[in-house]
Amino acid sequence: MTKKQLSDSINNNILTYNKLTNWKKYVFISVIILFFLFLYVLSFGIKVFLQQLVNGIQLGSIYALIALGYTMVYGIVKLINFAHGDLFMFGAYISYFLGNYFIAHNFHYSFIIVLIFSMAFTALLGMTIERIAYKPLRFKPRLAALITALGVSLFLENFFALSPENIPFPLNKIVFGPRFLPFPALISDKTYNLAGISINNIKILNIIITVILMILLQYIVKKTMIGKAMRAVAFHKDACLMMGININKIITITFGIGTSLAAAAGTLFALTYGQLQSPYLGIWPGLKAFIAAVLGGIGSIPGAMLGSYVMGISETFATSINSNFGYGIAFVILIVVLIFKPAGLLGKFTKEKV
Amino acid sequence: MNKKLLILLILVCFLFSVSVASAKLVKIGGVACLTGGAATYGASTKNGCLLAFKAVNAEGGVDIGGTKYLINYIFEDDQGSAEVAANAFRKLIDQDEVVAIIGSVMSKCTLAGAPIAQDAGVPVISPTSTNAQVTLTGDYIFRACFIDPFQGAVVANFSYNDLKAKTAAVIFDNGNDYTKGIAEVFRESFEKLGGKVVAYESFTDEDKTTDFSAQLTNIKAANPEVIFLDAYYSAAALEAKQARALGITVPFVGPDGWDSAEFPKLGGEAVEGGHFCTHYSAEDPRPIAQNFVKKYTETYGQTPDALAALAYDAALILIDSLQRAGSTDGAAIRDAIFATNLECVSGQIIFDENRNPIKKAAVLKVENGKFVFVKFVQP
Repeated sequence: MTKKQLSDSINNNILTYNKLTNWKKYVFISVIILFFLFLYVLSFGIKVFLQQLVNGIQLGSIYALIALGYTMVYGIVKLINFAHGDLFMFGAYISYFLGNYFIAHNFHYSFIIVLIFSMAFTALLGMTIERIAYKPLRFKPRLAALITALGVSLFLENFFALSPENIPFPLNKIVFGPRFLPFPALISDKTYNLAGISINNIKILNIIITVILMILLQYIVKKTMIGKAMRAVAFHKDACLMMGININKIITITFGIGTSLAAAAGTLFALTYGQLQSPYLGIWPGLKAFIAAVLGGIGSIPGAMLGSYVMGISETFATSINSNFGYGIAFVILIVVLIFKPAGLLGKFTKEKV
Repeated sequence: MNKKLLILLILVCFLFSVSVASAKLVKIGGVACLTGGAATYGASTKNGCLLAFKAVNAEGGVDIGGTKYLINYIFEDDQGSAEVAANAFRKLIDQDEVVAIIGSVMSKCTLAGAPIAQDAGVPVISPTSTNAQVTLTGDYIFRACFIDPFQGAVVANFSYNDLKAKTAAVIFDNGNDYTKGIAEVFRESFEKLGGKVVAYESFTDEDKTTDFSAQLTNIKAANPEVIFLDAYYSAAALEAKQARALGITVPFVGPDGWDSAEFPKLGGEAVEGGHFCTHYSAEDPRPIAQNFVKKYTETYGQTPDALAALAYDAALILIDSLQRAGSTDGAAIRDAIFATNLECVSGQIIFDENRNPIKKAAVLKVENGKFVFVKFVQP
C-alpha cells in the first residue's frame, strides 16, 4: 500500500464517519424535537398544537419575506444591509397611502396594484440609497459599508418620524410623522373554521405570496442572464470587470430586487396587523428577519426561508408554553444553532480570502 | 443731531426692555409622549395643559404673592421611553429651571423622571400615571388620577357583577409597570369575588410585539367568559382583532389605556361592545365638566378624552397651588399642592397621605365607534 492509497483510505474513512455522525446527529435532534412536540400535544391538546403551528407559519412567512431580501443582498454584495428593516417600513407606508387612494377611488384588485406599486417605489428608494451611500464604498473595507448601513437605517427611521408641523415646506410633504395609522382593509377579513382551527384568508395569502416570491427569486437568480451575472459578481468582482459585466448595474438591480421584497413584506405585515405604529416599526421585524437569515445560513435563499419558519414556529410555541419566553427564544435558538453549525442551517463555509 | 437720536434710541430701548420685564414669567415644564404607540395620549395631555394655561394667561396671569406672573409652558416629548423621559426631566430642571413639572403620561416614564425631580426639589404632578409606585418615590410627586389597584378592582368587579363572568383571561404587557400592576390586582380581586382567572398571558413590550396569536390561542383553549385586554389602545386593538380572527367571541374589558379616540378606529368591529374603566366621562353633567368639554371642543375640534381632562385638572391644581403658596419655592408649592381641595373636571380632588387623589371612576362602553357612558364607580 502506497502512501497515497493510505491517505486516501483514511480520508474516505473520515468522510464516511463524518457523514454517519451527521446522520446520527440529525436523528438525535429530530427525536428531541419530536419528543418536545409530543409533550406539547399531551399538555395542550392537538387542536391548540395545530392552531399554534398555523400561527407560527404565518409569523414565519413575514420573517421569510424580509429575510429573503437580507440574504440576497448579502449573498451578492457581502453587505449586511441594516437599512432593510426601514425599507420594509417605507414599503408599508407607501402601501398605506396608495391603499387609501385606491379605496377612495373604488379601484378593483387594489391589493395587487398596491403591492406592485409599493414594491416598485421602494425598489427605487433602495437603488438610490445604494448609489448614494454604498457605491462609493464598494472597494473600501467592508466595515465602512456596514457602519454606513447602520447610519442609513437610523437616518430613515428618524427622518420619516419627524412631525410634519415641525419642519419646513418641501420636507413636510415627504415625512410620515410619528402618528399611529390604521391600515386600510384592502382585503376584507374572512375567518375559516377547519375542525376547530381558525385560519384567516390574509394568513393564507401571506403564505402563498411568500412562496411565490421565493420561487420567483430562485428562478431569477438561477435561470436568467441577470441572475447569472449576479452569481458572477458574488463569485469574483474583479473577474466580472474583465469579462465585461457592469457590476454597478448588477449590484443596483440586486438592491432593487431585495428592497422590493422588503416592501412586499411591509405591505403584508401592515395588512395582517391592520395598523402602522410609527416609522420605527421596521426595527424589530428587521432584526428578527436578520437572525432568521443568519440561522438559515446567510447568503442562501432556501436557508432564509427555512430559518424564518424555524424562528416563527419556535417563537410561537415558546410563547405559548410561557408567554415571557417568546422574544428571548429567538436568540437562544440562534446561539445554539451557531454553536453546532457556525455557517447556519443551510449555509456553506467559504474560506475568507486574505 | 446724531448723538441726540442715539440717546433717544437708547432710551426707547430701555423703556421697551422695562415694559417686557414688567410681565414676569413663571416656567412650568411638561413631559408627555408625542411619539410611539401611545402618541394620542401626549397630544391630549399637551392640549389639556395648554387650554388651562392659556385661559390663565388671557386673564393677566397667575397671582403669586401679589405679583402677576405669565405662565411659560415648556414641553418635552419623552417618546414613550423611560430613558428619554429621564433626560427630559433633567433638561427641564437643570437647563430651563422650571418651578414645577406636569408629566409624564406613562407610569414607566414618570417612574424614571420622578427621582430626578425629587432630588432637585421640583414638584411633579403626573396627570395619568396610575401605577401605585409613582408617588411613593417621594413627597414632591403627585398625580391627578386614581391608581391601578383601584382600577384593577373596578374592572374585576364590573366583569364579575355586571357582565356576570365567572371565568376570565388576562393578557398584559410584561415590560410595562402600568399593565403589570393592573393585571396583578385584577387577578387578585377577581378571585376574591369568587371568579377564576383561567389564563394569565403576557407579552414583551408593545413596541416590539405585533403578533399575539400564540397567547390568544392559549386563551381560547382555556375558554374564559371575559378577556381583560390590559394594554394601551394600540396593542389592545391589535389583540381584539387577532382574537376575533381566531374565533374568540367573548366580550373584552380594558383599563383606562383604551381611552383614545383612535381606539375604535383601529379596532373596528372587533372592539365593539367592549367595556373599560376611565377617569371621566364627557357626559358628566357638572358645570365645570361641561364647560371644559365645550371649550376643548371649540379649541381643538374633538371631544376631550380622559387624558385631556386629567391634564387640565393637573394644570388647575398647579395654578391653584401656586396662588396659595404665594412663592415659586419648591417646598412651598409642594405643601400647597398637598393641601389641595379643588373641584376639577374629573371630580373633587383631595390628596391622601400617599399624594393620590381620592375620586370616582367611570365605566364606558364602545358602541358604534363611540364611547358611551355606563356608570360611575365610587371608591
